[in-house]
Amino acid sequence: MRTRIQVSFAVPFGLAALLAAGCARQPQVVNAQSSTSVPGIAPGIHLASALPNGDWEMPSGDYANTRFSTLNQINTGNVKNLKVVSSMATGIPHGHEGGPLVVNNTMYIVTPYPNDLIAIDLKSPNGPIKWKFQPFPDPRAQGIACCDVVNRGAAYADGKIVYNTLDDHTVAVDANTGKEVWRATVGDMNTGETVTSAPLIVKNHVIVGDSGGELGVRGKVIALDLKTGKEVWRAYSTGPDNEVLIGPNFHPFYKKDQGKDLGVSSWTTDQWKLGGGTQWGWISYDPELNLIFYGTGNPGVWNADQRPGDNKWSCTIFARDPDSGQAKWAFQINPHDDRDYDEIMENVVVDMEWGGRMRKLLLHASRNGFMLVLDRETGELLSAQKFETSTNWASGYDLKTGLPQEDPSKKTHEGKMTHGICPSSTGAKEYVPTSFSPRTGLLYIPAHNTCMDYGGVRAGYIAGTPYLGASVKMYPGPGGFQGEFIAWDVKNAKPVWSIKEPVLPVYSGVLSTAGDVVFYGTMDGYFRAVDARKGNILWQYKTSSGIVGNPMTYIGPDGKQYVAIYSGVGGWMGAVDFPSISADDDYAALGVVGAMKQIKNYTSPGGTVYVFGL
Amino acid sequence: MSSVCSLVLTMALAGTAAAADLRVCADPDNLPYSNRQQQGFENKLSDLVGRDLGRPVRTLWIPQRGPFFKALQQGACDVVMGVPSGFPSALTTEPYYRSSYVFASRKQRHLNLRSFDDPRLKNLRIGLQVVAENDGDVPPAQALARRGLMRNISWYRLTPDYFAASRTPRLLQGVERGDVDVAIVWGPMAGFFAKTTGAGLELTPVSPQAEGLIPFAFDISMAVRPGNTRLQAELNSMLHRRRTEIRRLLDQYGVPQVNGSAARQTAANR
Repeated sequence: MRTRIQVSFAVPFGLAALLAAGCARQPQVVNAQSSTSVPGIAPGIHLASALPNGDWEMPSGDYANTRFSTLNQINTGNVKNLKVVSSMATGIPHGHEGGPLVVNNTMYIVTPYPNDLIAIDLKSPNGPIKWKFQPFPDPRAQGIACCDVVNRGAAYADGKIVYNTLDDHTVAVDANTGKEVWRATVGDMNTGETVTSAPLIVKNHVIVGDSGGELGVRGKVIALDLKTGKEVWRAYSTGPDNEVLIGPNFHPFYKKDQGKDLGVSSWTTDQWKLGGGTQWGWISYDPELNLIFYGTGNPGVWNADQRPGDNKWSCTIFARDPDSGQAKWAFQINPHDDRDYDEIMENVVVDMEWGGRMRKLLLHASRNGFMLVLDRETGELLSAQKFETSTNWASGYDLKTGLPQEDPSKKTHEGKMTHGICPSSTGAKEYVPTSFSPRTGLLYIPAHNTCMDYGGVRAGYIAGTPYLGASVKMYPGPGGFQGEFIAWDVKNAKPVWSIKEPVLPVYSGVLSTAGDVVFYGTMDGYFRAVDARKGNILWQYKTSSGIVGNPMTYIGPDGKQYVAIYSGVGGWMGAVDFPSISADDDYAALGVVGAMKQIKNYTSPGGTVYVFGL
Repeated sequence: MSSVCSLVLTMALAGTAAAADLRVCADPDNLPYSNRQQQGFENKLSDLVGRDLGRPVRTLWIPQRGPFFKALQQGACDVVMGVPSGFPSALTTEPYYRSSYVFASRKQRHLNLRSFDDPRLKNLRIGLQVVAENDGDVPPAQALARRGLMRNISWYRLTPDYFAASRTPRLLQGVERGDVDVAIVWGPMAGFFAKTTGAGLELTPVSPQAEGLIPFAFDISMAVRPGNTRLQAELNSMLHRRRTEIRRLLDQYGVPQVNGSAARQTAANR
């Protein structure tokens, strides 16, 4: 085994906990479509939306983005018997981000470009595929996407599988027949815009965000009518209030986020038109408050010296009404971002006892290394603690002002080298989503310990014009590890245990279940089951390639629980594994090569869909 | 026996004489440098190189938005005609010209701007290009940022249309129309525009030529694959032999040329 595992316990466990965890739970078949009741839910925790416990119909499994399943046939006692029941190659040597859906005994897989949608009849999982839908995206999209030609999955509703293609389209496909129902244009490749995210379907609206912040795209989120694909609303991340859908109902908690047309006035002149703030990550939804939550990406241009101001609304969490798109509040996490800390990460919706009373929380494990806990009704920041200890760009957040307390020596300026900024631009955590278990009260964070030197000047020559790019060089942070899988105690705002990876970041999503098992993958290809309370590895299987996808679980036609994961390395950091990227130039692939040189010794690209069962 | 030997020898010599194609990576649509209709100065320059080295030129058309330099590194082509000297991930020849960013304004304004320190800039609207690709920015933006002139800038995307049939220099059209008072543009682009359609423009090189690590003037070389020192040497002697013709060619295209030390930009290219 190539990977050395280091398990560290931040908190010693009592005898009672050890005894309790030692008792195997009785398997229990729950076959309803969804449920808000969780057996064994920890006291002081409430979930606002239903959890999957049979099918898996949306990218995160649930609206709250907990990625928790109530299934418990597979549990700490028997997970060691997990075996491959099916594996299918996609034939595509690119990053397989996201994960499959399962609806009505059919599994749906969206591949990276060319974005084929493959339906598999689970009644014969190793049989012929049920159908394949090929959207034939414009091949020029491949040359525009910054960080591999990935896709983060589909959503199901109303008999349709809906997903996005790299060339700026959203397609709805009949879930039974594989025939296209509608196709909507949602962006303009001409501006450098692509779409890699998974949509979220809320009531009658398909909500879609874009990619391309590196190319001066003006980021946006739009809603399409589920029946027709017709655009219903469009909310830009920069520009005047009426185009950001900021109106009379907008009540940001902090003064820093209050004022008219900040999407214009927090930029110099017309720079907001190229201002980035794309949304290529995850959207969550609270049906009780009727609000969606999402974060926006980095501002453009990269060089912060050239865009004085807060650059709103880049690196911001928005709460919006999904019906009208109107913003309820916004919280800018990284004002005037100068380190490329996109904040498109998931926002987990959970109600918890906080400071003596139940509060509606939003959990955001930030790219910038801080675990942010907000009140999702108001946007107030309740807590900000470092989940990756090497984080040094700021000491914390002032909860009174909502502003980070930055270390001025870690600010970046072009033409001036700033050494040892942690985390690097790839973040203490990337887009790969966390999972929250209401049974343990723990948030499981796939984290990176990567730092960077930033800001020397590097000449380039595009389209016959010399330009300057900040030279960014990334490398593993201190402590002898680069990846860390962290169990975070939300209520006490501290880590409970973690599993460290010496060489590669943890770049996969997470699944937690009522069997008290947590699943995730490593970039060198291990798919792992970990005890949700104790953090010891109960089982692992070496897949054919590095894992950058998200695990999911479902009940098969035989009434048994299965777990599925994509294997297939790629994405921004994973693309270093591609034969076309030289591992000799530390500054290549936007600077990640320095941190990822060794990946070629561990894994090779190539997509496979794995299904495991007992 | 001897006739067979001589035949083999002749064939071998012929093999050497019928030299391998010189494969040039070029943008199919990026005047004044190159286009598919062979109208750019880099097209003419490749012909000159081919004639001089006695190798037929074969062009691989790759937009610079695409995997342009990857094609060079991976061996799909042998040479790229114009890159900044010391360009990373390539081996570059001696420079064959040095150009600069220039101030471009309407002649009738008689601005005659020369320096980033000119106090009149504070009251002028300044047009700049944004490269965006790989988060790059044009060097003059640095100079203006240092002088607190960011609010004076109007931004234009270098390639507003990713897939356009031509890359019209909208920024320079903006100067002609008076949308901006002055544009700061890379010399060869401004020179070609002034020569062809923008006769009313005044072009003056910026100064200084560099500030700290930031260069505003660049030496331009040809690039070959790292390790291909033989072709690099052949091109270097060709550039020496043909320097008069090359200078004439650049003048025809209105490329503003400046004198200066090549050493100044090496820091930036490291």
